[in-house]
Amino acid sequence: MSGTEAVFWFFAAVAIISAFLCITRRSPVASALWLVSTLFALAAIFVLLDAHFIAAIQVLVYAGAIMVLFLFVIMLLNLGRAGPTDMLGWAGRLVMFAVGALLVVELWVLVRIVPAEELQLPTGAMVQLTEQEGAVRVISEPLFRGFLVPFEITSILLLAAIVGAVVLAKRKL
Amino acid sequence: MIGPRIDLSEPGGIAVALLPELILTGWCLVLMLAVAWRHRDEEDQRFVGHLALIALVTTLVAVVWFWIRDVGPVGLEVMVALDGFRYASATIFLLGGILAVMLSLGYLGRERMVVPEYYLLLLLATVGMMFMGGGADLIVIFLGLELMSVSVYVLAGINRRSVFAAEAALKYFLLGAFASAFFLYGIALIYGSTGSTNLTFIYVQVTSLGLESNLMLSVGVGMLLVGFGFKVAAVPFHMWTPDVYDGAPTPVTAFMAAAVKAAGFVALIRVLLQGLAPADAVWTEAVWWLAAITMVVGNLIALAQRHLKRMLAYSSIGHAGYLLTAVASGTELGAAALLYYVFAYTLMTVGAFAILAASGRGGEREVLIDDFSGLAQRRPWLAFAMTVFMLSLLGFPGTAGFIGKWYILSAAVDADQAVLAVVLVGASIVSAGYYLPVIMAMYMKPPISEAAHETTRVGGAARWVVGATAALLLLFGVWPNRALDVARDGSRQLTPDVMVTVSR
Repeated sequence: MSGTEAVFWFFAAVAIISAFLCITRRSPVASALWLVSTLFALAAIFVLLDAHFIAAIQVLVYAGAIMVLFLFVIMLLNLGRAGPTDMLGWAGRLVMFAVGALLVVELWVLVRIVPAEELQLPTGAMVQLTEQEGAVRVISEPLFRGFLVPFEITSILLLAAIVGAVVLAKRKL
Repeated sequence: MIGPRIDLSEPGGIAVALLPELILTGWCLVLMLAVAWRHRDEEDQRFVGHLALIALVTTLVAVVWFWIRDVGPVGLEVMVALDGFRYASATIFLLGGILAVMLSLGYLGRERMVVPEYYLLLLLATVGMMFMGGGADLIVIFLGLELMSVSVYVLAGINRRSVFAAEAALKYFLLGAFASAFFLYGIALIYGSTGSTNLTFIYVQVTSLGLESNLMLSVGVGMLLVGFGFKVAAVPFHMWTPDVYDGAPTPVTAFMAAAVKAAGFVALIRVLLQGLAPADAVWTEAVWWLAAITMVVGNLIALAQRHLKRMLAYSSIGHAGYLLTAVASGTELGAAALLYYVFAYTLMTVGAFAILAASGRGGEREVLIDDFSGLAQRRPWLAFAMTVFMLSLLGFPGTAGFIGKWYILSAAVDADQAVLAVVLVGASIVSAGYYLPVIMAMYMKPPISEAAHETTRVGGAARWVVGATAALLLLFGVWPNRALDVARDGSRQLTPDVMVTVSR
């Protein structure tokens, strides 16, 4: 086992265990904190995939900003204490495990598929590209050129979400 | 004659190609300002509603102008499509939007809802639909779908005094988010197997790399079908439909049943024909079964309904089955049939919901089919219009619904799917069992009481909706040729016309 592989398995284990704890804790605050740990572990895996910029964004935006927002909402709605469980009965758990098992099988199958040779980048191509253009440019170039249209549609989508949230949440209409 | 050609590889070209969407988005911003400026009473709300009407009509003018000039792309369609299919579908969505706004003008006031943002969300949903019908890239289609869905989630729950509306909105939101996850996962797997999200490029890759039965692509297509299945309410992904249609305000239900469903189908057939046509062995069978089960289950459950709003909800599931039959044929003839049927279906659904909105109070959840007894004596024209809508939904000769069904049948038979055609005819016969009782109640039963139908009134703009939809349904029922030609032209060359050289 090489060093990189060992690092990967470590963070993969951290990510899975934290995700499991995140959905099983009673207290919303504990859940949120376990989510932070999951997101950090994922960021580390992104680094292993040579996606340094994504990893940085993952930590800044998800583990940072979004989590603060989550904690704010928990505080504002006064959800801090552990409430009564709303876990489903045995039928619900059965469905849960069935769907989970299905996804595991699916992953197991998909991992064994080798993408067409023409689609695979040569080893080290990503590192080379990042060194040539810089980690940010590799992302920004396609985002603001090739995918400018989807980028702009996303802004309209956010606008719609904001308007919708205000309409539904405003106390007096 | 070849119309103007736009180069989509440069930003200027994209901006021109997106002109209709840009106009409508610009109007959305104007509407936001108008709402911020005047939002106090019913009068302000009507003002915003009229602005929304102007916005939709100007966008429609732009779309029709593109269509008449036959604007096309130079080479590959990047991000947005420039073809008759996009213009035809955008016209249908805008029509649905206009009808929904006209219905809402009187309805919101009657139900004492002062939420001028309603019209803004309706416009935003329409922008999303236009991106769904006009996207040449899976990402654009997905974002269009999300834009539409987010707006409609809120519209479903916009009546905050109603518990049922809140339930409808929450249910729709949760299941919609679930469906979106499937959709995205499907896109990711398709990208993983073909290396692209551009539909034409996916087509080329599938052909040239020989991915026709690639496992990752198949799983991706399956996920995509589940996502679409939720959005268009195909059995077994239909569980949300009756409650959501039932709880939402009636003009919103009309909008959901007509335009939102139309957008789902238009995007579905574009993805399947433009991107995944070479892999049709993967999806034809699945869509075939979805269509058959949806037709049978939707129509059978509709038989048992006594409330008109729920009956129309289940009938819309049945109609999703008919439209899936057109999709299952997998040909351009099927796409043309789909366009024509979606157009007719938009008219008849909005019309039927307009009359339902006129007859009830408080969300129309309690209106029974028997409540229509004797409507023909008191309001003969209204009863006549309702008869046209019911017969058209049934597919009775002389109405646009018949021509649409006949066109779908010929597409199915043409694609050697006679069994599906037989199921469609059988399901239509079953559907007579719940459409005809409405007509029988109106014409053959006496009014329940002296005061019955006193309050049934279609006022103002809603009267125009009922009149125009009924007239158009009869017109296209006896004179369908022109509309059929337009639909056929619109779906021509949906499947890319590219020469693929197989490299291996």
